[in-house]
Amino acid sequence: MSKRLPTHGRLIDRSKRIGFTFNGKSLAGHPGDTLASALLANDQMMVGRSFKYHRPRGVVASGPEEPNALVNMGQGREFEPNQRATTTELFDGLISRSQNHWPSLEFDIGGINKHLSRFLPAGFYYKMFMYPRAFWKHVYEPFIRQSAGLGQAPRDRDADTYEHFNTFTDVLVIGGGVAGLQAAKAAAQGGARVLLMEQTAHWGGRAPVDGGTVDGAPVERYIDQTLTELKAMDNVTLRLRCMGAGVYDHGYVLGYERLGDHLPGAEGPRHRLWRVRAKQIITTTGAIERPLSFAGNDVPGVMLASAMRDYVVNHGVAAGQRIVIATNNDDAYLTAICLKEAGLDVLRILDARDSGGGPLMNAARALGIRIDCGRAIAKVGGGRRVKKVQICAQDGLGGALEEIACDAVAMSGGWSPVVHLWSHCGGKLTWDADQAHFRPDPDRPPTGADGAGFVRAAGAANGYMSLEDVLADATKTGISAAKAAGFKPKRGTTPKAEPTLQAPLEPVWLMPRDAHAGLRSKSWLDFQNDVKVSDVQLAAREGFESVEHTKRYTTLGMATDQGKLSNINGLAILSDALGQPIPATGTTTFRPPYTPISMGAIAGEARGEVFQPVRRTPMHDWNAANGADWEPVGQWRRPYAYVRSGETVHDAVMREVTNTRSNLGLLDASTLGKIIVKGPDAGKFLDMLYTNMMSTLKPGRCRYGLMCSENGFLIDDGVVARIDDDTFLCHTTTGGAEHIHAHMEEWLQTEWWDWQVYVANVTEQYAQIAVVGPNARQVLEKLGGMDVSRESLPFMAWADGRIGGFDCRVYRISFSGELSFEIAVPASQGLAFWTALHEAGQEFGVMPYGTECLHILRAEKGFIMIGDETDGTVIPQDLGLNWAISKKKDDYLGKRAQARSHMTDPTRWKLVGLQTEDGSVLPDGAYAIAAGRNANGQRNTQGRVTSTYHSPTLGRGIAMGLVLNGPDRMGETLEFPGTDGTLYKARIVDPVFYDKDGEKQNV
Amino acid sequence: MSEPISALNHARFDGIADIAEIGLQGMITLRGDLAARAVKSAATKATGAAMPGANAISTKDDSGLCWMSPDELLVLCPYAAVPEVLAQLQTALAGSHALAVNVSDARAVFRVSGPAAREVLAKLCPVDLSPAEFEPGTIRRTRLAQVPAAFWMVDNETFQLVCFRSVAQYVFDLLCVAAQPNSEVGVF
Amino acid sequence: MLTLQCPYCGVQADETELSAGGEAHLTRHGPGSTEDEFHDYLFTRENPRGVHFERWRHTYGCGKWFHAARDTQTLEVFGTYKAQCTEPPKELRDAITAKRPGWTWREFS
Repeated sequence: MSKRLPTHGRLIDRSKRIGFTFNGKSLAGHPGDTLASALLANDQMMVGRSFKYHRPRGVVASGPEEPNALVNMGQGREFEPNQRATTTELFDGLISRSQNHWPSLEFDIGGINKHLSRFLPAGFYYKMFMYPRAFWKHVYEPFIRQSAGLGQAPRDRDADTYEHFNTFTDVLVIGGGVAGLQAAKAAAQGGARVLLMEQTAHWGGRAPVDGGTVDGAPVERYIDQTLTELKAMDNVTLRLRCMGAGVYDHGYVLGYERLGDHLPGAEGPRHRLWRVRAKQIITTTGAIERPLSFAGNDVPGVMLASAMRDYVVNHGVAAGQRIVIATNNDDAYLTAICLKEAGLDVLRILDARDSGGGPLMNAARALGIRIDCGRAIAKVGGGRRVKKVQICAQDGLGGALEEIACDAVAMSGGWSPVVHLWSHCGGKLTWDADQAHFRPDPDRPPTGADGAGFVRAAGAANGYMSLEDVLADATKTGISAAKAAGFKPKRGTTPKAEPTLQAPLEPVWLMPRDAHAGLRSKSWLDFQNDVKVSDVQLAAREGFESVEHTKRYTTLGMATDQGKLSNINGLAILSDALGQPIPATGTTTFRPPYTPISMGAIAGEARGEVFQPVRRTPMHDWNAANGADWEPVGQWRRPYAYVRSGETVHDAVMREVTNTRSNLGLLDASTLGKIIVKGPDAGKFLDMLYTNMMSTLKPGRCRYGLMCSENGFLIDDGVVARIDDDTFLCHTTTGGAEHIHAHMEEWLQTEWWDWQVYVANVTEQYAQIAVVGPNARQVLEKLGGMDVSRESLPFMAWADGRIGGFDCRVYRISFSGELSFEIAVPASQGLAFWTALHEAGQEFGVMPYGTECLHILRAEKGFIMIGDETDGTVIPQDLGLNWAISKKKDDYLGKRAQARSHMTDPTRWKLVGLQTEDGSVLPDGAYAIAAGRNANGQRNTQGRVTSTYHSPTLGRGIAMGLVLNGPDRMGETLEFPGTDGTLYKARIVDPVFYDKDGEKQNV
Repeated sequence: MSEPISALNHARFDGIADIAEIGLQGMITLRGDLAARAVKSAATKATGAAMPGANAISTKDDSGLCWMSPDELLVLCPYAAVPEVLAQLQTALAGSHALAVNVSDARAVFRVSGPAAREVLAKLCPVDLSPAEFEPGTIRRTRLAQVPAAFWMVDNETFQLVCFRSVAQYVFDLLCVAAQPNSEVGVF
Repeated sequence: MLTLQCPYCGVQADETELSAGGEAHLTRHGPGSTEDEFHDYLFTRENPRGVHFERWRHTYGCGKWFHAARDTQTLEVFGTYKAQCTEPPKELRDAITAKRPGWTWREFS
């Protein structure tokens, strides 16, 4: 059984007890525990079930590489699935539940999958669920959906807040073990700004567990002293609980800082995503121990040897009482010695090497531990916890020589440098045959903006496994990073660590070497995704030679741990099956993040009210208070209609149309783009931008214009007012202001840079109000201050003046067909002017109107709308707008394109009005069908609806559409099948439905 | 005319930094060749401020000049003085190719102040705001979360930030989130 | 995520402050151009693995368009230069030659 020891536990505070629950059971731990150590202290060896076969699983590691111990944490708005118990700091009141089982951890129906395992081989997704086809939707998919997935998705909105932080540094050091501390110090002493991140809550990494001396004192003293020095340096920033998550182009790094996970309920953000720009990056991310592949290596109680040592030294927790150790290297002897000194029974060390280990082996033997060389584990016995192991010769098929009753197994297959961050941005690896691992190839680093390497690995992450070598490498690397960042560091001093002598490791990829099929199908490589040695071998037999293909076929390394424990073992098995050396197989691609980071951290502040910008006009609050039913237009919020109590939105729209046509309507048109274009070449410039001739416009007058892209397609429209000889004001659509402004700047800067034109976007300087309807002039005359008569301010003229005491610019333009004045006042006066118009307009029947009313008013008049009649493939000629295309100009943007054969094709669909026979409203976007079917068996089409409304003015449905030869087919009836099965019939008519002669606007 | 109203009418928030919308600020966009004598002389005479170098702001009393690009200045003056300053600029630049236009109402202006002010902005902008890199006198146009903004330091703990008026509420809300209590980073 | 130095204001801008504008040094073809010329102007683009010349705009900063020469494979930036030119400056081309002997891009090398 696993339990708390009376001794050890350097990180825990035994004077305090804190309570937590696991699957509803109340348990206790100490401050300084992780959830994993606290569970083990309570003899909770089984912590979850595996993904595919639902096998019982226990804690196997002590850090972020843990594949098994994932739990659902918290509840309600704090609920979060897939939290690793090994990296979760224990806090009072922590609530955790195991995952992937039903109905309970102990009794799980899905456990039957393990008896079906021969039907769930590698690639079973591809093999099993193919036929019969009809089964997919009704049988296979529901089954997979129910059984797949680890934790549960949260139901409630996350209660926490998150943020980003942008920072810049000369040298970023990722990993706060001794290598990181030493490298940071060396770089900082060289003058560089240094940021040092450590993912755990403690500095020093594994060194305090592994022991050793530096400059004659225990390594802990070196750590304390170095920290003290670093904290005293102004140019050093130290962050705990901050993981280097990913390295990207040009020295961009994401750091994932967990501020609140261990302090639930505390004020402030829970996670902070550091967005770092570093000139140089040092990865001191250490190494991860590899499991050994033997049958039953996934039974709870089988643990990495280093993790077992960690739990004893750091948390005073024993993973078992009677322990067998299997190894292929000397490091496991440190675990043996540690366990023995903690008073635990180390029953046997099985060293796969015929000649055994070095001095550490002798030290273990001197403590009375029995060591068998050339031996291996054939099989671990036990279901929910280890009960026994069968011992065999490493060089063999796995015939059992002996059986030992035990309650825990420690395994060590050697160490793999954590090369993830080195590799994220293209750093290449080299195979180190002596240590049987991939390590960074210093000659092929990831390169930055200057073409030089910007990541260096140091310490164990660089393949140096002894304290002595780690410190030397870290010093050297810290200095070289500072140099590469532009500093001139002096030669640093390397603290001297006591050298350790280790016998060489012997690669062991399968235990025993020629394990028979029965053992191989129980030898796990990837614990989280349930991938076994036999699966990878099967994949190889089936022809999956590329490691990337094998990965996807078997799902090896595709779980949330991304194969931190399994990758090297898996590709070694694949290499063996393919009969090629490991470097020839290579690794799969390492991709960020290093371990999963929260979606909240990625979103940062962008949630809730500030998820995205919402643009408000000066009248926004008034609109909100007066029933606005909002329509998003770009990032703007515009009232779709002003809904009164007792009305539907449709009622409100009908009322607004009728009132504007018969009395007086006010539109908040502030969102329309307004761009000043000024300079001696302004006219020439606008002639290029618009299809019309703008240079001939007289000051004081307005002209409607069309803008096309170089492709010839219509992109924007609006009214241009000539302010004076060299100044124009161009109105754009609501969504168009920013990109039309950018479009102008682009042509001025990159093509016609010798033209003398300046532009300025003044959209938001003004609140703009359309005063529309037969009573429009009366309300303005009542407010007074300016002559707005037909004679002084005729249609398509503008003038500056004062109305009701407000400085304004009045444009006599109309998008409704009514008598209309668009009036611009400074934005800071907008609400006051809007209010004044409403007050003065009471006697004239004033009502505000929204965008849907605007749409109907313009559609009744046959005016096109960018985005309705246009969709990026429509040219002005399609819309019957030839009158707005100058024939006199040699050139304008889009002119050449409009001469291409496809654009002049007479069969292009053209704009017409559409009128249903029964007065109903055509469905938006409906297609007019033609005789016959196309190659895909679909009905041929001959047109489509672009705008469609119920017109209260005419008392029936009106529509516009693009139709083949439309203008030549007036009076013909077309058929439009609706998605509701109805066949709509509509007649082709003139698109101008109302006041064809413009008598109403020109009064 | 009635009393002009700024976008948020002096909204305030106190967190790890103080956030305040400071009301209407006179602002004129001046486009022209900043190397031309006429432009330089018009700008400096209208404000009393010295001509700023690239990415710099120079101030004189309650007026100032912000360098926005090689052919653009943002002229600062009291809100009420805009018509007069604008007229002065237009007169001085009558013979030159230049554009001066009032943009005071198109903007909102915030003050972000306190010891953690640098951190609040660093949470939202991809800019090195360490004291060694950013100090009073520097102006930066950049991205603030999802909108454009420009800011400069009034003193070592105070930023003045300009954004478009329509997104004033968004920017204020952003600054409040970034300045939420107990969110000090402790880097600068 | 790239950084590029804006040649107008000198700011080392973050990619999120910039907008990409496609291939550099296109010659505009208007009315009078042949179908092929116009087609190439609109649609034919280089897609090199290696040295490339592009247009970028410092959108969230000074607003200026500029050119960048970079390696699409390694993301090495050889240099940025102003928009008001029709071909890469000689010094920059020489600097690229020093780093990537034998490079070619359209008619340039």
